[in-house]
Amino acid sequence: MPPIKRTKFKLTPAQLLEMFYWLKLIRGFDERLSILVRQGKVRSGVYTGIGQEAIIVGTCFGLRKDDYICPLHRDLGSFLMKGVEPRAMMAQMFGKATGLSKGRDSALHSGVSELGIFGNTSMLGANLPVAAGLALTYRMEQTDAVVVAYFGEGASNVGDFHEALNFAGVQRLPILFICENNQYAYSVPIEKSMAIDDVADRARGYGFDGVAINGNDVLAVYQATQGALTRARSGEGPTLIECKTYRWHGHSEHDKAFYRTDEELAMWKSRDPIPTFTTYLRTRTVLDDAKLKEIEARMAAVIDDAVEYAMNAPDPRVEDAVTDLYA
Amino acid sequence: MSKELSYLEAIREALFEEMRRDPKVFVLGEDVGAYGGAFGVTQGLFEEFGEMRVIDTPISESLIVGASIGASLRGYRPVAEMQFADFISCGFDQIVNQAATLRYRYGGRASVPIVIRAPSGGNVGGGLYHSQNPEAWFIHRPGVKVVAPSTAWDAKGLLKAAIQDDNPVIYFEHKYLYRRAKGPVPEGDETVPLGVAAIRREGRDATVLTYAAMVMPSLEAADRLSKEGVEVEVIDLRTLMPYDKNAIFASVEKTNRVLIVHEDTRTLGVGAELSAVIMEERFESLDAPVMRVTYPDTHPPFSHVLEQACLPSADTITEALRKLAAY
Repeated sequence: MPPIKRTKFKLTPAQLLEMFYWLKLIRGFDERLSILVRQGKVRSGVYTGIGQEAIIVGTCFGLRKDDYICPLHRDLGSFLMKGVEPRAMMAQMFGKATGLSKGRDSALHSGVSELGIFGNTSMLGANLPVAAGLALTYRMEQTDAVVVAYFGEGASNVGDFHEALNFAGVQRLPILFICENNQYAYSVPIEKSMAIDDVADRARGYGFDGVAINGNDVLAVYQATQGALTRARSGEGPTLIECKTYRWHGHSEHDKAFYRTDEELAMWKSRDPIPTFTTYLRTRTVLDDAKLKEIEARMAAVIDDAVEYAMNAPDPRVEDAVTDLYA
Repeated sequence: MSKELSYLEAIREALFEEMRRDPKVFVLGEDVGAYGGAFGVTQGLFEEFGEMRVIDTPISESLIVGASIGASLRGYRPVAEMQFADFISCGFDQIVNQAATLRYRYGGRASVPIVIRAPSGGNVGGGLYHSQNPEAWFIHRPGVKVVAPSTAWDAKGLLKAAIQDDNPVIYFEHKYLYRRAKGPVPEGDETVPLGVAAIRREGRDATVLTYAAMVMPSLEAADRLSKEGVEVEVIDLRTLMPYDKNAIFASVEKTNRVLIVHEDTRTLGVGAELSAVIMEERFESLDAPVMRVTYPDTHPPFSHVLEQACLPSADTITEALRKLAAY
């Protein structure tokens, strides 16, 4: 199988700074949620993607409005990048009436069809058959829109993964399968759940290309995504991109993650995607202290506003526990 | 009206008409393409509508349901075929967790207009995995509608209504009736509305609540009772969720005696729910305990002798009606 072609790309300084802003905002949003859980203000349902932000930013940056995303439970940032208001997102996490699900569920179990966002259940990998169905409609319409579907290395062991990737391969669907390989399925390390090193190798069995990349390098993720998007948009079918990464927090905010060592965590923290990208931007004089300060202030203001809004948002009406079951 | 169709032909005609009427309707499933389906229901669709609207899938029930959900989120109205209702368990998660909850967790901002056709029922020598009646699993899950026609008229009219409905509808088509039930069918835009029962025979002394393949033996038993001076009303529920409370209560108020007949197993079958709701809301109308004739709590055996011993029949229904009338 030929290697995936590297796609040349050129990002303007403004675009690079926007990417940087998203990395910072998504990190900040998750960090704030983590604090809110510890303060008892957000009850549960928080699965942070701290340490994995480069994957979301690298894949979502430059997606079109008519592209669809099917995120996994750590991908709150993808909702924001695809256009969900931070206020609505925070209200969702607080279980408030003005959240996406009107308080019916927290986290990312809700979606916004007009923005091209599908919200999955807690059944990991169950978003992949749905993603295939979305991509099928793009093929029927012969448009060049693309579906970007996310899953963890853990979910690549679920039956839905096989059924969806196989069908996508057979039908040559315009879809990107983004694997966020953060090394652990809750507590189970990858070597106990897979007999191979790379999830990317699984793509071969479905008749399309898979590539394993550094998921902590936002530009590497962006580059791989752009190449796969070009292929999908021109009718060349799916691509699997495995992004190697690491989650800094536990599976959920309640998980102390004693199953891994401090040394391992420290090693991965040294590969933090944000300082890496900061250095890149500084050496190219795209970012300086003033711009950094401005971005950090902008991000903090957005998060503060969202929290303030969500805390003061109304609780759901009791009767809404039993509405919206049928159309 | 001169045209008469078999139950199977009526289903096929509904598919043809709905696919011609609405370009967003398409079918998918195992062997539904050029082969025309395991029972021949989809014969001719592939020739008229082509491979983008009549999609052969791999053996992947979860994918079939999940992809239907995905397509429905973009305004399509997929009709998925489970080759046998028994196989629906392989797509269970996508039905009960993905489709059933979607509107609720999207805060009412989306709907899932999919139909899952599921050939169900016994008396065809199918054995354990080609004879099941799994309707009760889905009635128990809020967010899903369930229909089970008994006549060619309803087979066509209910399928058209199900396709036009904005909710996930599971359409149980009974294999025993495919070629045995024949009759006129609705023409043009006429449908059979979901949620409305039909009185198949009027009577003043007792009510039989039944559906699908059990309607015929119930009518036969009612004829026998009539010769003994007992007039039995036979109500064909047609839609199992939402079931037609008004029709049920009106009949109970008239006859004061109720027998529930279903081919599904006994414990927590449809009869359990109907019996409970009649007891709760029409206790004063009852002159006798609500009785049931059902399949025993066992698996559908292959041997003709064993299967016939399990299936409710005109004989067992007659016997129960005598007991009910004499109470």
